[in-house]
Amino acid sequence: MSVILEAKDLVKKHDDLLAVKGISFDIQAGEIFSLLGPNGAGKTTTISMLSTLYLPTSGSATIGGHSILTEPMEVRKVIGIVPQEIALYEELSARENLVFWGQMYGLSGKALKARVDEVLEQIGLTDRAKGRIKTFSGGMKRRVNIGVGLLHKPRLLFMDEPTVGIDPQSRRAILDSVKELNRQGMTVLYTTHYMEEAAELSNRVGIIDHGELIALGTQAELTRQVGENETLILHIGEDEDALALAGALKRIPGVMQATATDHEVSVIARQAEEILAPVVTQANERGIRIHSIDIREPNLEAVFLHLTGRALRD
Amino acid sequence: MKKLFLIGMKDLKLVFRDRTALTFMLLAPFLLTVALGFVTGSYGSGNASGIEQIPVLVVNQDEGELGTALADLFASEDLSDLVLTTQVSDPAEARRQVDADAVAAAIIIPAGFTDSIIPPDPSAPAGEVVAIEVYKNPTRPVGSGVIQSIVEEFLSRVETGRVGGEVILTQMLTAGLITPAEVNSLVADLAERQALAVEAEPALSLQASDAGEQQQAFDPMAYMAPGMALMFLMFTVSNGGRSILAERALGTLPRLFVSPTHGAQVLIGKVFGVYLTGVMQMLILVGAGSVLFGLQWGDPLGVLVLILAAVFAATGWGMLITALTRTPGQVAAIGSAIMLTFGILGGSFIQVSIMPDWYQWLSRITPNSWGLDGFTTLGLGGNLGDLGAPLLGLAVMGTVLTILAVLFFNRRPLVKK
Repeated sequence: MSVILEAKDLVKKHDDLLAVKGISFDIQAGEIFSLLGPNGAGKTTTISMLSTLYLPTSGSATIGGHSILTEPMEVRKVIGIVPQEIALYEELSARENLVFWGQMYGLSGKALKARVDEVLEQIGLTDRAKGRIKTFSGGMKRRVNIGVGLLHKPRLLFMDEPTVGIDPQSRRAILDSVKELNRQGMTVLYTTHYMEEAAELSNRVGIIDHGELIALGTQAELTRQVGENETLILHIGEDEDALALAGALKRIPGVMQATATDHEVSVIARQAEEILAPVVTQANERGIRIHSIDIREPNLEAVFLHLTGRALRD
Repeated sequence: MKKLFLIGMKDLKLVFRDRTALTFMLLAPFLLTVALGFVTGSYGSGNASGIEQIPVLVVNQDEGELGTALADLFASEDLSDLVLTTQVSDPAEARRQVDADAVAAAIIIPAGFTDSIIPPDPSAPAGEVVAIEVYKNPTRPVGSGVIQSIVEEFLSRVETGRVGGEVILTQMLTAGLITPAEVNSLVADLAERQALAVEAEPALSLQASDAGEQQQAFDPMAYMAPGMALMFLMFTVSNGGRSILAERALGTLPRLFVSPTHGAQVLIGKVFGVYLTGVMQMLILVGAGSVLFGLQWGDPLGVLVLILAAVFAATGWGMLITALTRTPGQVAAIGSAIMLTFGILGGSFIQVSIMPDWYQWLSRITPNSWGLDGFTTLGLGGNLGDLGAPLLGLAVMGTVLTILAVLFFNRRPLVKK
């Protein structure tokens, strides 16, 4: 495998805010690489620098052998972008959007028409090609948004949280299409704050938080960082005090970490079964009703929890 | 270059699919023109020019040839379609009728007018020229403006004849072809000939200036229609500016910036789209005015070049507003305010020539003012060659504003790097 992207000490400062604090990583041709992190971690800023939209404050990167600093036009030919927001013209049809963006990537004539037809087929919207984007559902818009990124057959596709705000069915379709694109040989840089997506798609994952890459490796390599620990997820009612329960659970012998999110309390322990009874007892003593309990094997969520002391959705 | 064109065409397509924008660009100026047509009485007479005759009073206290010539001009057959002239003798009564809104204007030719232009005794020192008064009705700006234009053109011809006569007589005297004693009789003869000449050749405002062209009636609707079109042109350019900031907010502008397209191409393409939209709007309004109202816009080439220049200047304003604002909402709000201000200031509602000097001076910052000057010139029979001042004014305005906009865009780029 060859390296298609190499980022070195990328830093981005917006006014007084240091959004990205010296990130370095590389992506091998043919892999799916995920940047996993909560909202505001610096994922989009990193992609914006790599796609030549932002100039790094310091640091550098090469993509397909071209520097993002000195050869931005060459870099843009190598990459395809699927931005987080739906960046399409609502008053134009799906086909008109694809034709326009194809022209912006230098396609024209019969080649453009053929490629637009292919992409429409690929995103499953051949029948709705003439429909205006404003009449489409959120999922359909997302698919066209992805289609635009595929038009010029980029060697490296940047997908910035492409499943935000869509229904489970569309989300499933997008994840399947990412895997299919990768199977066809496309390298993908995928950003998400959904642990499950990173786990399902990625060959390697970079975990990013507060502008820093805090962990990098395959899923197996990352989960080894939390050892053999298991995670106990307690689902509690909306009105219950999850924070107080988490505080109480930390005092139970064998509990390594306990954190509260919306209606959940996550507890990390070497053996979940060993702490199950005292956890339930504590909840009962505080009058907190537990709706259900999940026991999870070591995963990326646990890694993030282990590294930051916070859940991904915090 | 090709991408620049494609971006512009895409924007043109988007605007023409936006019903709200179309309403303001095309329907609103049309309806306002029609409404103003009714208000100013431009419908209903059924005469050749499609407008009511303009009622005017002529008070001729001058006993000379020129005063008579002007009075006769207004009573002539040539002007019968355009003006309804009544001769009265009392200037105070004439002014009272204007004040009472009975007529559009009163022309008061004072005693001694002819003698002040062509002195009976050429050897006597020249006195002050006695001025003709055009007492205008401010509630009938179009009608009174037409009357003033006719009088001004008459005076312009008289002045040209006077200077020419003086030169000829001086040269004849110097060359010894006439004696000083013969000068007096020649002056009287010249005055009579001049009066006959200006009578025989109606004012420019009523006739195409080029020999051989058909006579062309001035239609006040041809003043109101471009006035409205130019006012709503300001909407179009500010709406175009708004679309640039909207594209930034929607993410399509950043997406363009990460495609293999130069940033300058993207921006110029966007501005080209605004320009193209403005030109299309003006062409449609001019075309519709011709077809639906039978408006005579004048020399087609002049109209086309004037439109290109007016849209260039207006686009400059649109870009400057965009460069100075942060959100699409701000552009829309400021754009609407400027559209109305420029409409009032630039003469879309009131004739600038009847306003104070400072107002006329200030109106020159608007594309409306220059554009209306141009359309009026063309409507009165002028051609491309007569548009020097409006075209220069619009070109300078567009260039200066574009440079300012570029400077502001450089200081605060559309997409932060």
